[in-house]
Amino acid sequence: MMNEEMLKKIRELSEGLYNKIMHRSKPQLSIPVRALSNVEYNKQDGYFEIGPDKKTRALTVNTSKTFAQTLRMLALSKNLVETDDIATKREAYYVSKNWGDARFLEQPESDMVMDDIEAMFMVNREQLGFIPEEKGGDVSGRLIVIDADPETGKEIRIDCTKMGTGAYSIPSSVEHLKFDTNAEFILAIETAGMYQRLVKHAYWKKSNSILISLGGVPTRACRRFIRRLSDEMKIPVYVFTDGDPYGYLNIYRTLKVGSGNAAHINKYFCVPKAKYFGITPQDIIDYKLPTHPLKDIDIKRVRDGFKNDPFVKAYPEWQKALNQLVSMKKRAEQQALAQHGLNFVITDYLPDKLANPKTWLP
Amino acid sequence: MAEKAKKEEKNRNKNNLFPENSSGSNGGNGQNGDIIAFELAKKQQEISIAEFFEKNRHLLGFDNKRKALLTAIKEAADNSLDACEEAGILPEVHVEIIEMSEEKFRISVMDNGPGIVKEQIPKIFAKLLYGSKFHTLKQARGQQGIGISAAALYGQLTTGRPIRIISKISPNYPAYYYELQIDTSRNAPEIIKQEEREWDAAHGTKIEIDLEAIYQKGDQSVDEYLKETAIINPHATLIYTNSKAEQFIFARVVNELPPQAKEIKPHPYGVELGYLIKMLRNCEERTLQSFLTREFSRVGAGTAKEICEKAALLPNTKPQAIERNQAEKLISAIRQTKIIAPPTDCLSPIGAKNLENGLRKEINAEFYTSTARPPSVYRGKPFIIECAIAYGGKLKSDKAVTIMRFANKVPLLYQQGACATTKAITTTNWKAYGLSQSSGALPVGPCVIALHLASVWAPFTSEAKEAIAHYPEIIKEMKLALQECGRELTRYVNKKYRVNDAIKKKSYIEKYLPHIAIALKELLSLSEADEKKLEEAIKEILEKTRQIESLSEGEEAPDDGRAPLGISGSVEEELEDVGKPEEDSEGHKRKKGRKRQGEMDESEEFEDNDL
Repeated sequence: MMNEEMLKKIRELSEGLYNKIMHRSKPQLSIPVRALSNVEYNKQDGYFEIGPDKKTRALTVNTSKTFAQTLRMLALSKNLVETDDIATKREAYYVSKNWGDARFLEQPESDMVMDDIEAMFMVNREQLGFIPEEKGGDVSGRLIVIDADPETGKEIRIDCTKMGTGAYSIPSSVEHLKFDTNAEFILAIETAGMYQRLVKHAYWKKSNSILISLGGVPTRACRRFIRRLSDEMKIPVYVFTDGDPYGYLNIYRTLKVGSGNAAHINKYFCVPKAKYFGITPQDIIDYKLPTHPLKDIDIKRVRDGFKNDPFVKAYPEWQKALNQLVSMKKRAEQQALAQHGLNFVITDYLPDKLANPKTWLP
Repeated sequence: MAEKAKKEEKNRNKNNLFPENSSGSNGGNGQNGDIIAFELAKKQQEISIAEFFEKNRHLLGFDNKRKALLTAIKEAADNSLDACEEAGILPEVHVEIIEMSEEKFRISVMDNGPGIVKEQIPKIFAKLLYGSKFHTLKQARGQQGIGISAAALYGQLTTGRPIRIISKISPNYPAYYYELQIDTSRNAPEIIKQEEREWDAAHGTKIEIDLEAIYQKGDQSVDEYLKETAIINPHATLIYTNSKAEQFIFARVVNELPPQAKEIKPHPYGVELGYLIKMLRNCEERTLQSFLTREFSRVGAGTAKEICEKAALLPNTKPQAIERNQAEKLISAIRQTKIIAPPTDCLSPIGAKNLENGLRKEINAEFYTSTARPPSVYRGKPFIIECAIAYGGKLKSDKAVTIMRFANKVPLLYQQGACATTKAITTTNWKAYGLSQSSGALPVGPCVIALHLASVWAPFTSEAKEAIAHYPEIIKEMKLALQECGRELTRYVNKKYRVNDAIKKKSYIEKYLPHIAIALKELLSLSEADEKKLEEAIKEILEKTRQIESLSEGEEAPDDGRAPLGISGSVEEELEDVGKPEEDSEGHKRKKGRKRQGEMDESEEFEDNDL
C-alpha cells in the first residue's frame, strides 16, 4: 500500500470523528475482534480469514483514556508515514511519555493500542510506520535476495550460498525484496540447533534447497518472506519442527494459515502451500525416537485445538495425528534423531521423508 | 446447730440401728467422743452472705483495684438512674473521684432522685441482698440488691471507713445523714452515726465511699463507663470530675424519660419446677385454675383449663395440696400448651432514635444508623434488642470495630469475649456491609457498634454483670438487628463510593479530553481555535454521557483492562467493584430477610415449648 493511500485512510477516519464531535454526537471507533473465535478457515485460499465480529469503542468517561491514547498513537503514525520514518514498538512507547496523563505506563499497553489501530485499518503495522524489534529469521542456501542499499538505493544482490557458517537475516519489512533462485524446496526449521547442523554440513548443497530457521513461532516478516518465495518462485515449503503440540499448532499452523491475533492480515502473512514434514507422531514410532512425556499444557493445547482451532477442525489428518500423539502421551524433539548418530538426520531421515510424501501432513 | 445435732443423736439411739458400733469398738470413750461426724458438726455453721462476699469479692466485680473503682461507681450510678426513672425525674447525676492518698480514693455520687425514707437507708446500703427489684419482673438496672452494699463492704474492708449517705425525700422534710458499716457475720447494718442535716437539694441522695483503688484511663475506665452511660441514657445529665480534677459534662439530649417499665407476673414458659412448687405453697388462691390465671401473665381461664387437662389435674384442686410429681406434670402440661408471648410493657427500651442520638453526641463519625427489634422472648422472659452503628469520620479504619455493649441501659466493659453481643457480631457477615472481616473475628473498619439488650431479667454470665449469656434467642435477635443496621450502612457506603466515583470521572474528563483534541488537531492540521472548539464539544458530549451513566449506574464497565484508570490508586476501584453489584444482591437479600423475619416472629412465640 502506498503511503498516500495510508494517509488518506487516516484522514478519513479522523474527519469522521471530528464531524461527529462537532455535531455533538458520541464518536466511536470500530475495531475487528482479533481472536481464534473470530476467524474462519478459508480452505480455498488456505488462510484464516477474519470474521465479522467488531468491538466498538465509543467515547465515554470510562473509555476517555484509551480513546485519547488511540488517537494520539494514530497521530504519531500519521507523522511517521508522512515523513517516511519508522518507530519500533518500544520507541512508540517512549514517545508516549510526552503525552502527560495520556502516557502509557507499560509497553504492553501501547502494543495493544497499536494492534487495535492496525486492525482498524486492516493493514500491517509496518504500513503505519511501526516496526517490531524482533528480526525475521535466518536464511541460507540456494537463494539470491535482491535488496537496495539504504543510502544510495542501488541494487544489492545477496547470495545466501555465500554466508559461510552464518546466515542472511530477514529484515522486518520484506515487501521491497526481489528473489532469484532455482532451489527445489524450502525447509523451514523450528530450532536453531537443527538449522546449525544442516548449515554446517551444507545440506542445502546436497538437496538443492533453501534453509530457513524459524526460531519458534515465525514472525510476520518471516511468514511474508516465505510466502513470497512460495508464491513468486513457486517453490514448495516443508516445515520441520519438534514432534509436539506446540510445533504443530503454534508454529506450523501459524506459518501455514496465520493466527487469531493477526487475523486482519493473515491473508498476506501466511504460507498456505506449506506442508508438514516432520516430526509426525508416526515418525516417533517409525524411527523409534526417544521421547518425553506430554505435559499437561500440551494436552490442554490439543484439547483447545479440537475445540477452537478452525484449522484442526478442517483437517481429519491432523485430528488423527493429534489423537495419536495424545494416546501415546509422548513427544519427541528434532534433536532426538541424534539417537541414531549425529548426522542420521542428513543421511537417512530427510532423504527418507522427501522420498515419501505420504508420511507428511497437510 | 448444736441442738439439732443432739436431737439427731437421740433419734439414732432410739432407733438403734447400729448398736454394735455405738457401744462396741469405741467402748469407754464416752458415747460419741470419737465419731468424726460429730467433730465435724462442731465446725459446721451458717455462712453469712456478707462473709461469703468478703472472701469472694471477685464475684461482684471487685477483683482488682482498678476494677473496684469502676464497680463502686457503677453500682452507685445505676441506683441513682434507676431511682430517678422510677420517680419520673429526669436524672442529673454528679460523680466525683478524689485521690486521698496513694491507692486510696473517695468516690461521691449524688443524684436528684426521690430520696430514700430514713428507716430504709441502713438496710439498703449496709445489708447484702436487700432490695426492691429482686422479686419483681420489670426492667431495671439493678437486680439482686447486692451492688451498692457490696461496694460499701469493699470500702469498709480496704479502708475501715463507713459508707456515708445523705438523703432527702422532699423540701418539707429534713435530710438524713448516716454513717453505716456492715456487720459481716450477721449481714446486718451497723449504724455508726445518724443525724438530721441541712442539705440544700430539694430531694435526692448522695453517697460517699472511701476505698482502695487505682484510677486509670482507657478502655475499661470510669471515664469510658460514664461516657457509654451517657450514650445509652441520653435523657440523663452526668457531671463527672475525675481524680485529675478534669470535669466532663455529658449533657442531656433527650428531654423525655423512656416509658416506665411495668411490673408483670411471670410467664408460664419461664417457670422451673422448684419455683413452681414454691409458688404453689405460698399462694393464697383456693383453686389451681385461679392460681394459674392470677399468678401468671397471659393465662386466661381457657388456657388454665387446658393446662389442667393436660396435667390430668382438676381445675379446682387446692394449689397447696399439689405434690411434687403433680407439679412436674403441670410443668410439662404448660410446655405443651400454646400460650401467647408475655406482655412487653415490662420493658423500657430507650428507642432506636435515642440510642442513635446518644452515639451522635459522644462519637464523632459521619454516618449513624439505628434500629430496634420487636420484642422477643427467652425462657418466658421478654426482651428487646436495640442497635446503633456509627461509621466513618474520625474513627480509625484499620482497627477492629469498637463494640459498646449495654444491658438494661448499663454499659458492659469487661468480659467482651464471653458476651453474646460479641458472638452475634463475629457471626454476622460484615463483608456484605462493606467492612473487612476474617472468619470468626470482629470486623475491621471505622465503626462503632452499640448493642442494647433490654429485658426484665438480663441473663448475665456472673453476678458481676459483665457479659450477657449466650442464649440462642438473644443472639438471633442481635444478629437481625445488626443486619438491619448493616444494610443501612451498605447503602451509605455505596452512596459514598458513587460520589467518589463521580468525582473521579469528572477528573477523567479534565485529564484526557485535551489529548483527544490535541490528537485530532495533529491528525487534521487544525488551528488552535478549532482545537478549542473541539475541546468544548467533547466536554459537552462527555458531560452528557456521564449523566446517563450515573443514571444507569455504571452499566457500561470500563472497556480497557489495560491501564489502571484510577487517579487515587486501585484501592477505590476494587471497592467500587465490590460495592456496586452488592447493592443489587443486598436488595434481594433484604426482601428475603424481611420475609424470614416475619415467619420467625410468628413461630417464636411458641418456640419456648422446647425448653
